[in-house]
Amino acid sequence: MMEFIVGTFNYWIYVALILIGFYGMMAKNNLMKKLIGMNIFQWSIILFYISIGSKQGGTVPVVDPSLHPAIRAVDYINPLPHVLMLTAIVVGVATTGIALALLILIYRTYGTLEEDEILEVLKK
Amino acid sequence: MSVHFPVLIVVVPLLLSFLVFAFGLFQRRVCFPLVVATLASCLVFSAGSFRTVLTTGRPVHYHLGGWAPPWGIEYVVDYLNGLVLTAIAVVSLLAAIYARALVKREIPAAKHAPFYALFLLQVTGLFGMTVTGDMFNLYVLLEIASFSAYAMIGMGEGAAPFAAFRYMIFGTLGACAYLLGVGYLYISTGSLNMADLRQILVPLYSSRVLLVGLAFLLLGIAIKMAFFPVHIWLPDSYTLAPSCVSVLLAPLFTKVGAYVMIRVLFSVFDPARSITLLPVTALIGWVAAAGILFSSIMALAQTDLKRMLCYLIVTEIGYIGIGIGAGNRPGLTGAIFHVVNDMFMMALLFMVVGAIQAHVRTRNISGLTGLHRGMPVTAAALVVGGLSVIGVPPLCGFFSKWYLILGTIEAGQWLCAGALLLGSLLNAILFFRIFEKCYFEAPHDPAHREREAGAKADRMAMGELIPMVFMAVVVLLLGLFSGYIVQHAITHAIPPGV
Repeated sequence: MMEFIVGTFNYWIYVALILIGFYGMMAKNNLMKKLIGMNIFQWSIILFYISIGSKQGGTVPVVDPSLHPAIRAVDYINPLPHVLMLTAIVVGVATTGIALALLILIYRTYGTLEEDEILEVLKK
Repeated sequence: MSVHFPVLIVVVPLLLSFLVFAFGLFQRRVCFPLVVATLASCLVFSAGSFRTVLTTGRPVHYHLGGWAPPWGIEYVVDYLNGLVLTAIAVVSLLAAIYARALVKREIPAAKHAPFYALFLLQVTGLFGMTVTGDMFNLYVLLEIASFSAYAMIGMGEGAAPFAAFRYMIFGTLGACAYLLGVGYLYISTGSLNMADLRQILVPLYSSRVLLVGLAFLLLGIAIKMAFFPVHIWLPDSYTLAPSCVSVLLAPLFTKVGAYVMIRVLFSVFDPARSITLLPVTALIGWVAAAGILFSSIMALAQTDLKRMLCYLIVTEIGYIGIGIGAGNRPGLTGAIFHVVNDMFMMALLFMVVGAIQAHVRTRNISGLTGLHRGMPVTAAALVVGGLSVIGVPPLCGFFSKWYLILGTIEAGQWLCAGALLLGSLLNAILFFRIFEKCYFEAPHDPAHREREAGAKADRMAMGELIPMVFMAVVVLLLGLFSGYIVQHAITHAIPPGV
């Protein structure tokens, strides 16, 4: 059991992070904290993807035929998830950018970022 | 040239969205003609590739950068997405023409160029989601569409930024769930190409990783398409969005989500497995039935016309869900046809609401008395759209609902058939209440007369009237030629194995 947990610790961290992020997005009252939760949520998925690409004892996937005449896939980590996550990082940065812009607009209108206070103003 | 049509559908609006922004900094007047020209060329590209599919009977494949799938990204146009692409192109072009007058009224002049850039970016995302044959590429384009939607909704008045932020929290949750689902499929298959995935998945259906992946995928898509009960972001954000934004977003985004759901369930996964091995489709059908009843009743309770239409979008997504739930040929025919029909019906109705809000300066249903005197064309368009949503022949809404009911009867899902009929009945109550206000409400005494909608309305620009009338004609034509469309396009669009 212990071996299972230690051997797959990166996945456990991913599960913990995604739950922390989800809690932040859903339960926090402050919109900025919601945004931070959202970021943790997104980054945990990046950790997940990077984990599925890596291999024990694998090296950088740069193939030099003169050095390694026979290419064994086991020796190289899978580059595709890394490439996908570069795109996902860009997506995450764009999300954060738009969210911050919206938060500035909200703050200018209501003078606060607490969700319950904004809802109280909206009810009037 | 026509070989490159599938990729041009995405690349042209993407590049032009940057150019429109750059040109708009110097010369604001050039934005609108550029947007219309771009969308018109997109219509040519999508209709052109769809025509190739129709004449040759084979899907058009395009390999990005010359990399063959499954290594490279592939764009595919087949019967299913050719139809959806053409519909998106027509609706977005008409929405752009219609939006011009509203943009001048609702968006500050300095923001015109960014607005039009976002408009094109939104269309890029929608086209891309539809045309791509790659699961991860779909995620990226889904996020492009979502970003522009958040930003455009945030341009609205009052609480719009707050609604946009809430939408963003939910939308990101959905996109991340979709991304996780793709990740789980990638673990078990090592592929991201949809056609390739389908081949590799066949021996893996007993794997639990796959089930988790499918669950995450469906959760993500359901949030993006506003499927009951994860639709809660939709009414606030679409109601508070400027009219020139909601006329583009409301008809298209959720329906493209529905298309993605059909694609994933019936093209990526083997239909036989989705229907029998895991009762996923049946579950979707039941939830959709509950959603139809819930959102129809919520729509009845609204006094704000636009908010009512937002709940109607959820209802219409429920109808598509029922077609997916039936999981047989007539059911899917209905679902695919309803995806297309609903784009046009909702575009028409949101155009009507935009015009009413702009010229009568109210969205309250009780403020619509005597609408037909001041705005006869708008009132007539409202009647056409309303009757089509209810499902009155010969308008297009009737025919897709007809196939949906046939599908549920064939599948023996009587509860779903009942929900569909009851939902249509509730829609009828909803719209006849509005028609009564517009046409038959007794005129007030002369002192109140100038407060009526009919008396207050000012003249509409031709740029608003023509797209609206055109859209109403399309709704009628889609109904009249429904037999032709179903026979020549949709029967072939149903994925093999259903």
